[in-house]
Amino acid sequence: MNEFELFPEAASSFAGEVDLLYWFLTIVSVIFTVGIALALLYLGIRYRRKSEDEPAPEEIHGSNLLEIVWSVIPLILAFVMFFWGAHLFFKMRTVPADAMEILVTGKQWMWKLQHPNGKREINNLHVPLGQPVKCTMTSEDVIHSFYVPEFRVKQDVLPGRYTQLWFTPTKIGTYHLFCAEFCGTEHSRMGGKVYVMTPSDYESWLEGGADASLSPVEAGELLFTSLGCATCHHDGKNSQGPNLAGVFGTMQPLDSGGEILADENYIKDSMMNPQGQIVRGYPKVMPSFKGMVTDAQITQIIAYLKSIAGTEEADSTTDEETPESPESALLNDALEPDTTGQRYVRMEQ
Amino acid sequence: MSDAHSSPYLAHHFDDMEQQSQAASLGMWIFLAQEIMFFGGLFCGYAVYRLKFPEAFSAGSYSLAIGWGCFNTVVLIGSSLTMALAVRSAQLGRKAGIIKWLVITMFLGCVFLGVKVVEYSAKFEHNMIPGRHFEFHDDGKFVVAGHGDHSAAVGHDEPVHAEAGEPADHHAAEAAHGEPTEHAEPAGEDNGHGIVEINQGEVELFVGFYFMMTGMHALHMVIGVGLIIWLLVLTAKNRFATEYYTPIEMFGLYWHFVDIVWIFLFPLLYLIGRH
Amino acid sequence: MSAPGVTANEVAPEERRIHYLNWATTVKSWLLTLDHKRICILYLCTITFYFLVGAVAATLFRIELMTPQGDFLSAEIYNKMFTMHGVAMIFFFLVPSIPATLGNFLIPLMIGAKDVAFPRLNLLTWYLFSIGSLFALFAIINGGVDTGWTFYTPYSSTYANGHVIAATFGVFVAGFASILTGLNFIVTVHKMRAPGMTWFRLPLFIWAAYATSIIMVLGTPVIAITMLLIIAERGLGIGIFDPALGGDPVLFQHLFWFYSHPAVYIMILPGFGVISEVIACFCRKRVFGYEFIAFSSLAIAIIGFFVWGHHLFVSSQSVYAGLIFSFLTFFVGVPTAIKIFNWVATLYKGSVSFETPMLYALGFIGLFTVGGLTGLYLSTLAIDIHLHDTYFVVAHFHYVMVGGMVLAFLSGLHFWWPKMTGRIYNETAAKFASVIVFIGFNLTFFPQFIVGYLGMPRRYYEYPEQWQLLQLLSSAGASVLGFGFLMVLCYLPFSLVFGKRAGPNPWRAKGLEWEETTSPPIAHNFVKDPIVTEEAYAYTKGSRHV
Repeated sequence: MNEFELFPEAASSFAGEVDLLYWFLTIVSVIFTVGIALALLYLGIRYRRKSEDEPAPEEIHGSNLLEIVWSVIPLILAFVMFFWGAHLFFKMRTVPADAMEILVTGKQWMWKLQHPNGKREINNLHVPLGQPVKCTMTSEDVIHSFYVPEFRVKQDVLPGRYTQLWFTPTKIGTYHLFCAEFCGTEHSRMGGKVYVMTPSDYESWLEGGADASLSPVEAGELLFTSLGCATCHHDGKNSQGPNLAGVFGTMQPLDSGGEILADENYIKDSMMNPQGQIVRGYPKVMPSFKGMVTDAQITQIIAYLKSIAGTEEADSTTDEETPESPESALLNDALEPDTTGQRYVRMEQ
Repeated sequence: MSDAHSSPYLAHHFDDMEQQSQAASLGMWIFLAQEIMFFGGLFCGYAVYRLKFPEAFSAGSYSLAIGWGCFNTVVLIGSSLTMALAVRSAQLGRKAGIIKWLVITMFLGCVFLGVKVVEYSAKFEHNMIPGRHFEFHDDGKFVVAGHGDHSAAVGHDEPVHAEAGEPADHHAAEAAHGEPTEHAEPAGEDNGHGIVEINQGEVELFVGFYFMMTGMHALHMVIGVGLIIWLLVLTAKNRFATEYYTPIEMFGLYWHFVDIVWIFLFPLLYLIGRH
Repeated sequence: MSAPGVTANEVAPEERRIHYLNWATTVKSWLLTLDHKRICILYLCTITFYFLVGAVAATLFRIELMTPQGDFLSAEIYNKMFTMHGVAMIFFFLVPSIPATLGNFLIPLMIGAKDVAFPRLNLLTWYLFSIGSLFALFAIINGGVDTGWTFYTPYSSTYANGHVIAATFGVFVAGFASILTGLNFIVTVHKMRAPGMTWFRLPLFIWAAYATSIIMVLGTPVIAITMLLIIAERGLGIGIFDPALGGDPVLFQHLFWFYSHPAVYIMILPGFGVISEVIACFCRKRVFGYEFIAFSSLAIAIIGFFVWGHHLFVSSQSVYAGLIFSFLTFFVGVPTAIKIFNWVATLYKGSVSFETPMLYALGFIGLFTVGGLTGLYLSTLAIDIHLHDTYFVVAHFHYVMVGGMVLAFLSGLHFWWPKMTGRIYNETAAKFASVIVFIGFNLTFFPQFIVGYLGMPRRYYEYPEQWQLLQLLSSAGASVLGFGFLMVLCYLPFSLVFGKRAGPNPWRAKGLEWEETTSPPIAHNFVKDPIVTEEAYAYTKGSRHV
């Protein structure tokens, strides 16, 4: 299986320093824990009661000197920990002027990231090695938290405000991105990967887009996953969106009554204005992808959907539960909270 | 000490009347301390938002009926006086006096609550209730930002929605003239014509705190009135004497505390924003 | 003729002895009791029930966590389970635990009083607690709440589906039980001590209970108002924490943690009190540094009110506030460390024996040390960035709450069981269970430190495969721990019927509750009002009676 590790990879300029401080804390803790355990063991054995009739031990009230010693020493150690931690904390909170800015938006249950040149990603972040990166973040709904353990950085992402975190990646590789503040049903699945690449690879990634050697269907299939479509449109239990296998070219019943042909236009409309014509039996939760996909990408997705039109085959990611993102309904019609304080009505599952 | 054991007012777990009375007193003071922490949380929240949204909170202040507020303050202070007189009567063992002063205190408490009903109804009528249908009425001095109708607010003659029964109000006079007030412009989003633009959500926050703080206070008063009725019953049944009137005394402490909370609420809610 | 201090009751045949448990046996005599000892038993039953509720929830989600995928529970049920676990365990088990049970039972006995200052208020608190808990139970049964016990806004106030109002209202009502209990205890300790019982002759359990009571009285009202604000926001649409209306979600966190941090001291300080009593008895020696332990309890209570911001280091709280809170948090660790050292020093030149209460107390010292030290990691700003909201935090608080508090509770329960029930439990079973609990506990929670530093966030029902081994170990440990607890839940009730009857002082301990009362005590506690002439734990002076 995987090798057993105690520490996550150290992939940012902070990681080594944080780990060092962690080692210091651990050594101090081990010394005190083992010390106290050994003291208890020794004293317990040495002074164990040998008979019920033995006289009561001599009265020892205490020792002011000892009290001072074992107050001052821990206090000193505590201050060392405090200053060391505070110093490093300051560094972690002082964003360098040359940091490249990524705009991050958290929403239930996905991360939307945008690079300086406008390129967007969902749930994943590509960054170049050695370049300070600052994430300017906000939330569209509840409090989330942007956490990359291998970088040792974390920052809560709040609605109505912007918060920042920064890091300098120091190791090429793929790392975890987690949401670290409980945000609802699919909190555990709100995450993805951080890809640290060489600067030149990053540049080409930035310009690239889909690999030119892929066919439209293959490219579309990749997009279907990377844009998060697969999270809701799958054949698993309680999926938020209809399974799209075998859908293209068929008539679909609408929520508002009547039917519609699932053709190229309907697919595109569904991506741009999802609430407009929604299939009956599904909640109004699909977010809009306006501005997040190019026309070329829409065409690729349509190609993929055509390719699975004849099958009932499950999508590869269907085992997973789907997220609910009912709050996206809010984005589209600026509802005021109703008097029960509940902003949406759940469809019975 | 030992003869105190025979007192009919001594509870079995106490040694003597003094211990019992001191315990009651300490207990009530601790209770009041926790009440301070309780209201303190609300006051804290109010302070945070007041500092954040001074103009909106100022607008909110203006929307309250200061006349009624002053009147209520006088009523409540008066009721503290009558309550103290009730305790005094108890000290002197005058049953009739206790009853008289308790009844007057209760009456004054009800007057206070009646005024609150009047104030709250005025708010209901004007939809100034936090929630879906909240509306803040522009009165010429405070204008809800982004309200299309009021984009050319200068000279707008919409009459102010004075609170019911409010004495002559300078707002009404000014709005009728459609002129800005003679007060100094408060710092804020003044559009240059002495009119302050405020955010509706922020005023809603003020009104929410207004209802919560005065509502919580009113709840304590209602409980107080109920307790007075209980004390009246006990007094009528001759449960008190010069050697034992602790419940009246303790209730007096409670009533004074409720009064003091109002003394803080009144300036914080009604007065601070005004100029 | 009976010797002085030995009552006719003690020489009466055991079956005919009348005491607080059997002088009246109607339901009404229990439900309308004014006896602090009976109120202890009422609370004991209720909190045990909620412990089981929390334990069932934990069992379910620990089963889920054995595999990295979400395959046993749906996401929503999982979230409801950890919420239920937290709410039940914290508000309806840990916060009342020692104060409402052992505190209620022992405080009057230890100070030589006939009851607490306000017996009717005492009974009222049990009803308030029970009613509050019923609201929470209602929420659980009717679909649950999935916000976490921390109820962070705006999720809880605006977005969450579920009975948030019922659950928060339950917490609100139960909070008053806590406040009034604290009030009762403070007045009792101030006003009802027996003649000769000066402050510095008080058992350390009383100092601990007193310090706890201060926190209960001053801290709990803040969570009460916070819960009301959530209810107002959810129920009436007042947008106090809603950014869309200008509200600030982080304000909630400040208000919430202003209580909830001192609350952890409400939970642990009484445990410290128990440990002092048990260590003194099983070393037959006065606790080393009595005054330091007494004052450190007060210091923890006071300083504990000023550190809440260490829960908000990552929340967008300012760097400067973070510095202050971090600094103060390190400060509050020192009085705690002082206690640990003093307890260890008490064994020096003592006469140490290892009955079950002592085993739990020694286990407490070890496990609480680990828990307390790992708290230092979380106070260290730069480290907390990485560790906040990971399993490391979960491990830390379980070490202090379970390894600390629950072990202290079990220690106290076993120590005073003969006094409270008049029966002795099976010592072999008890020792065996204590070892099982210790092993199971460490197996459950130590791996969580590791997986936390590796980066696994908390409240996750799905996680990367590479962490399965650690989670599996943790779940395995939980089953061992559960087995240990079940054993306790078996042999203790068993002893009520089949246990040997206890004499007034089976441990030959010092203290008014041991030396001046029967086991169980009579309804009015003392036949003769005690007069105190010696310090606490005066073991060298021998028993108070000839």
